[in-house]
Amino acid sequence: MARSATVAVPEDASTATGAGRRTQRRSEQLAGMAFVAPAVIVIVGLGIFPAAWATLLALQKWNGFSEPRFVGADNFERMSRDTDLVAAAWHTLLYTGLFMPVSVVGGLLLAAALNRRIRFMGLYRTAIFVPYVASAAVTGLLANFVFNPEVGVVNNVFRVLGLPQQGWLEDPSQAMVVLVIMSLWGQLGFVTVIYLAALQDVDTACLEAAEVDGASASQRFRHITVPQVAPATAFVVIWQTIQCIQLFDLVYTTTRGGPIGATTTLVYYLWEQAFRQLSFGYGSAIAWVLFVVTMVMTLVLVAIQRRRGGEQPA
Amino acid sequence: MIATTTENDSAEHPAVPTAEADRPAQSEARRRRLPFSPWHLLLAPIAVLFAFPFVQMIMVSFMPSRDINRLPPRFIPTTVTLDGYRGLLERSDVLIWLTNTVIVSTVAVGSNVVLCSLAGYGFARLRFRGRNVSFLAILGTIMIPIQLLMIPTYVMFARLHLLNSLAALIVPWLATAFGVFLMRQFFLSVPRELEEAGLLDGASRLRILWHIVLPLARPSLMTLAVFTLVGSWNDLIWPVIAISDSNLFTLQIGLANFQGVRRTEWSLLMAGNVVAVLPLLVGFLVAQKHFLATMSSTGLKG
Repeated sequence: MARSATVAVPEDASTATGAGRRTQRRSEQLAGMAFVAPAVIVIVGLGIFPAAWATLLALQKWNGFSEPRFVGADNFERMSRDTDLVAAAWHTLLYTGLFMPVSVVGGLLLAAALNRRIRFMGLYRTAIFVPYVASAAVTGLLANFVFNPEVGVVNNVFRVLGLPQQGWLEDPSQAMVVLVIMSLWGQLGFVTVIYLAALQDVDTACLEAAEVDGASASQRFRHITVPQVAPATAFVVIWQTIQCIQLFDLVYTTTRGGPIGATTTLVYYLWEQAFRQLSFGYGSAIAWVLFVVTMVMTLVLVAIQRRRGGEQPA
Repeated sequence: MIATTTENDSAEHPAVPTAEADRPAQSEARRRRLPFSPWHLLLAPIAVLFAFPFVQMIMVSFMPSRDINRLPPRFIPTTVTLDGYRGLLERSDVLIWLTNTVIVSTVAVGSNVVLCSLAGYGFARLRFRGRNVSFLAILGTIMIPIQLLMIPTYVMFARLHLLNSLAALIVPWLATAFGVFLMRQFFLSVPRELEEAGLLDGASRLRILWHIVLPLARPSLMTLAVFTLVGSWNDLIWPVIAISDSNLFTLQIGLANFQGVRRTEWSLLMAGNVVAVLPLLVGFLVAQKHFLATMSSTGLKG
């Protein structure tokens, strides 16, 4: 891009005389601005500016072609009456409620299990971490295959075990469960890596003292390890909650919101409103509420973590 | 105790060192009724479960369709066939998708490495007006989710006549807030003394960055490259919004749409899946420690 040309400015560095020092400071000014300008233009131009515009759009009615019309709080009022939106919120909540506990508890237990030196450990870790690179499109196709009612391995295992065949992604009451399972497949490795790093900082002297005092392995884990990795837990909970609220990709590559709307999540609904119905104003209003809800939840979780951390003896 | 075990294991996994399990040798011996650690009984099945979808994906991509559509379907193909890959080449634009994806990801990685290094160094070392404000603005964008940005960004790109172009896919990936933050954190950790000799010799900041500081930054640059590669390669929502011309599809949208058209041609679809994930899969297996570093440094954002 043309911008990179501006970077070559700071070629004149001077000697350390009095006047030279001033030019040096001047040149540092110029160099600093030139160094950060390209990245700042891209990131702020595509981050702050559209966010401000979205605020304006949320107060307008606009289909992208005609003149936008200022409607005040109409979009927000419409949201309160929109039963499809409420349904989408429930679907998102269901997904979050199923995903979060397994993700956090499973990730911690998996990290604890992987935190030892036995044979094949490298292999185990690789197998659990590698789904990290699978995109939603890849994961979605795998979900469609593995949970396919006819050729899928899950139903075939069920048949061997004498269990009834299931519809999975084609069944409104099961589709969300399949999405949760596939998300866990992709993301448990990430949580595990975070916890594995945190487990390295757990005080071994404390664990050994507790063992000498006769604490069982599960007591040591619950009363020493779990409290000591609390900062990691806070991060994982916040990070994964945000991911849950924003679920879109996997829905797009598997069910497209179906069957009969059972997997229409908030962001999927928002996308439909904006880019299928061309309700740019209404879509922006939904996006704003989602953003605010996410921020508030993050702040609450951070506050809880701070208070908990404060109560503990250092 | 921790020091020795970490040392031993770091050859394999430097990014995530291991501490020996929290129990002394006697109780270990007491439990040794099995000829191997009981942890294998837990970990082996879990590892198999996680690896299974990828293994089956590769199997099916080489399978004749009669192996898939029989009851029960076969796991290992009776004969290895390239029909899936041949069909994929003939009946989809996979080469176009692959080319587009490679172009976007290559430019994204190159641009991120250059622009984020420059900005990270500027924010860490140089004093200039507006430094704090612009750095805070960049940090602030990390909190703003894509769904708030996508509608105005779409309109913006439409007005600039950038929709349905590779530029639309590339521009958002030219620099990332995460990258700037990551590089700044690294440059802050470099001792200033290293640069002072160069400054006294009258070398420009750009030369100091290039010759003295950047060679030290290789691990951070690798983390940034991995983050950008995975992110731009796997991006879905923005390409879905910005691209409708099938000649500009990336692998991700190409595959997602193709799936709807060829619902039951599994070997074809899985061949497409292999193409979409193989570069990252191989990258992961080769550069595992950098991938793990990327995964854990995502935590820097929080």
